Amino acid sequence: MLREDALKTIYPELEERIVVTIMGAVAAELYTLGHRHNFFYLEHAMGLASSMGLGIALVMPEHKVIVLDGDGSLLMNLGSLSTMARYKPGNLVHIVFDNESLLSVGGFPTATSTGTDLAGIARASGVLCVMEANTPESLKAALTEALSGNTLTTIVSKVEAIGPKSFHMDLPLLENRFQFKRCLEAMQRQSKV
Amino acid sequence: MPVSVTNSKLIYDALKACDVKIMSALPETWLVHLIRMAEEDPAMKLVRLAKEEEGVGISAGAYLAGVNSAMLMQNHGFLASINGIVSLALLYRIPLLLLISYRGHWGEKDPWQTQGGLATEPLLRTLSIPIWHLNTPTDIYRRLKDAQTLAHASLHPVAILLSRELMWEE
Repeated sequence: MLREDALKTIYPELEERIVVTIMGAVAAELYTLGHRHNFFYLEHAMGLASSMGLGIALVMPEHKVIVLDGDGSLLMNLGSLSTMARYKPGNLVHIVFDNESLLSVGGFPTATSTGTDLAGIARASGVLCVMEANTPESLKAALTEALSGNTLTTIVSKVEAIGPKSFHMDLPLLENRFQFKRCLEAMQRQSKV
Repeated sequence: MPVSVTNSKLIYDALKACDVKIMSALPETWLVHLIRMAEEDPAMKLVRLAKEEEGVGISAGAYLAGVNSAMLMQNHGFLASINGIVSLALLYRIPLLLLISYRGHWGEKDPWQTQGGLATEPLLRTLSIPIWHLNTPTDIYRRLKDAQTLAHASLHPVAILLSRELMWEE
């Protein structure tokens, strides 16, 4: 499937949620579908989107947090799976788009192209619920299930190594950061009322 | 193990006074008591990491959600976190309170710690991360509070170097 189609299909589920994405194609595609102040695009620090999502999930237990990760990023921080599994925040949903490629930096194949199994690693790390969803509909179903429950979930979705023509987003990094912080703090205040 | 319980407790109490609610850590000898205190405190969320760089993400997430955090690490953990510090914390102007046990510095007997000891301060300075050498127990409360205040005002990481004379009793 195309990641773009997958994102389009799950966008209604993302719209009101705290979302942290990795850099490059994922960020640009989500942004193009419609930017929201509750979306944060981590445009560098490869691997740390899942750690950021974990940090938010641990301090905002009343809100669902969705991380949009990728194979290249997750392979850089596999330890994050073991840390997520250790603390098991039930409000964290970790989606990994696996295009078997470092698409945003030139399309070099990652180890998932030669057999590394990220869903298997997530399971063996102790992530309680791991699903594989390789169509937009099955991804939407898996995400809906994860959001309706309270179990730490990793969903691995194989996607084609195709991205947008341009990664340009009309949103300076710091504007995104300040918007996102204000948005999270407003959510925190509301949940305390 | 001659790690100072008294001074660890002073540091822990100072972190509590800074309203730190989430702490990431990767165990190392000098930090054992601090980590135990965090673990025994129901009001503290302790996140034990696989690698220190994860802590940058966790602290950034907590900060954006309006919650104070601290990162406990050995100086080699700081070395392992540098990309995260540069391309998350510095790039996005995220304050971090780094508590770094300063191994490989004056009085170090373990040869394997010494290269990290030599590299720590030059690298912190290269990243323009303000440094405070925490050497005396009477200083702890004030310096930690000041470090956090500066981090939040400057939207920048700050580093407290935990010295041998503070952490180790021989």
